[in-house]
Amino acid sequence: MSILINKDTKVIVQGITGRDGGFHASKMKAYGTNVVGGISPGKGGTEVDGVPVFNTVEDAVKATGANASVIFVPAAFAGDAILEASYAGVDLVICITEGVPVKDMIRVTPVLKQNGTKMIGANCPGLITVEECLIGILPGNIFKKGNIGLISRSGTLTYEVVDMLTRAGLGQTTCVGIGGDSVSGLYFKDLLEMYENDPATEGVVLIGEIGGDAEEQAAQFIKDKMTKPVVAFIAGQSAPPGKRMGHAGAIISSGSGTAAEKIKAFAAAGVPVAKEPGEIPGLMKEKLGL
Amino acid sequence: MKIHEYQARDLFRKYGIPVPDGDVYHSVDEVKKSVSDDGKLRVVKAQVHVGGRGKAGGVKLAHNKAEVIEHAESILGMDIKGLTVEKVLIADAVDIEKEFYIGFVNDRNTKSVTLMASAEGGVEIEEVARVSPEKIIKMPVDATQGLMDWQARKIALQLFSDPKQVRQAAAVLVKLYNLYQDTDCSLAEINPLVLTPDKKVLAIDGKMNFDDNALFRQKEIVAMREVTEDEQKELDATEKGLSYIKLDGNIGCMVNGAGLAMATMDMIKLYGGDPANFLDIGGSSNPEKVIEAMNILLSDKNVSAVMINIFGGITRCDDVARGLVAALDVIETDIPIVIRLSGTNAKEGLEIIKETGLPTVETMSEAAKKAIELSTK
Repeated sequence: MSILINKDTKVIVQGITGRDGGFHASKMKAYGTNVVGGISPGKGGTEVDGVPVFNTVEDAVKATGANASVIFVPAAFAGDAILEASYAGVDLVICITEGVPVKDMIRVTPVLKQNGTKMIGANCPGLITVEECLIGILPGNIFKKGNIGLISRSGTLTYEVVDMLTRAGLGQTTCVGIGGDSVSGLYFKDLLEMYENDPATEGVVLIGEIGGDAEEQAAQFIKDKMTKPVVAFIAGQSAPPGKRMGHAGAIISSGSGTAAEKIKAFAAAGVPVAKEPGEIPGLMKEKLGL
Repeated sequence: MKIHEYQARDLFRKYGIPVPDGDVYHSVDEVKKSVSDDGKLRVVKAQVHVGGRGKAGGVKLAHNKAEVIEHAESILGMDIKGLTVEKVLIADAVDIEKEFYIGFVNDRNTKSVTLMASAEGGVEIEEVARVSPEKIIKMPVDATQGLMDWQARKIALQLFSDPKQVRQAAAVLVKLYNLYQDTDCSLAEINPLVLTPDKKVLAIDGKMNFDDNALFRQKEIVAMREVTEDEQKELDATEKGLSYIKLDGNIGCMVNGAGLAMATMDMIKLYGGDPANFLDIGGSSNPEKVIEAMNILLSDKNVSAVMINIFGGITRCDDVARGLVAALDVIETDIPIVIRLSGTNAKEGLEIIKETGLPTVETMSEAAKKAIELSTK
């Protein structure tokens, strides 16, 4: 078992004829992901690395039965690409694109709700159900099948932690990079609920960062609803207020969104918070009684 | 991106939001030449990108032209929280019967633009939110409809009782929302919005921030950008595909990925050091980018050691190592550098680095400890 995606997920790639789209479509295929098509308006009927290209998402869905779409189009067009996928009836949209205007994300939100589309990102590395399906730009080789779930607002920090988990013998079920923007799709709380209901997942690692209060909400959810152990880490403890630390969402504004508040919320929910990433595997083993 | 109060006022005026008469001045000479000696009560306001100007002496009331000049002389060039005042706004002072707050902000939780309003205007809204959050009215705006007239009226009715004033305030709310949407704001506020004794509703002070991700389609807004020296450095870095924030410490960091870069800074702090910067070089192994990054790092005279922390994902560590070696070939420095490479092809990468004789370590925490040790030598 897993959450969101598995070996039966049929994936299409919006922007497959672009440099990143093409490169990662091949990478995903090589991992074993069922990449059934790509979209590039005007290039329908051609192929990229053996993957058929369609002019519209609608065409691709009709022809292939795709139920997930990953977006690699430039930031100015990402909002429209998300809307196209949602109206074509895709269940899950993953937007890798970085730098999407917040207004565009706000504009797509009610449409996703109306059409029942789930979204991961934007500005995210994607997600992976180990040994079944990889969608996005995650390096498949660092993951190992197991029973830990992982949710993170970051990319390379996620890889770092996954690598540590794998080396410590803690394999993973599904790992999700939810992205570093301030307004985005599925968030900690939504995913924690999925992990709680996934029989294969026995513990969850949550990697948060400064800005917003999603970690505080997650802590509340864990306190109220979770039976499975959660271990957390918060990046940006030393960040100054008012500065955007790379990720658009990683900013302490008017004294809220600080690491200290988040750590306090987790402590109140009985969630151990690692002082540095290296402590995460040990804390998880302790929680699992290993 | 932030703009000054006088620039926000210009945008307010363009959208039909009433503001008191006034103008911006760059020098005392300009003030002497242009301000008329009509005995009007005026206010002289420092234009800087920080709050708390009033407390710092950057906002002063003038009863006549001589006082206007006197205040302009004292405020221009003054230092407010580390920023030098280069411009003053001189505007007609207004009699105030009551002060209000109105604003719009992008809200992560509701994933919408949220309207905020309060009858407690004139003070920092963060302070109101902290002390008496019940005094702030919040309403998410429907992204498909925008701010509807009836909603603007509903909010205005909670601030004003006289129908004429309600109409004026509701119109200001709709105009501010339109401005917010048209210019891709992340925050737009009028504080205070005032009611004058002759029952006019006026915007006395305003603040606008813009979504950096949307600047590509906001040429007019970008043209208003004014930056400090440090901000210019950060912008130059952005242009080169690097994300750089200067901090006050002495250990320069170069990392791939924003989350990992933050975690690296935290780790330095955790082990008793002080990071000199946040620097995310992104996913590239391009030597040019590494050279740029090193140049930026070393241009900070406080830096006494450099920690390079790379986790190879899709990017291979041996590619990064070659980039580093090529970069370090052209950069001459005697500042100690610690390199940590992990992830995809880390072993091959470390072999390549070994030839340079630079110290390499296996984990992030070792790298941080080593960099701290070297920085104090």
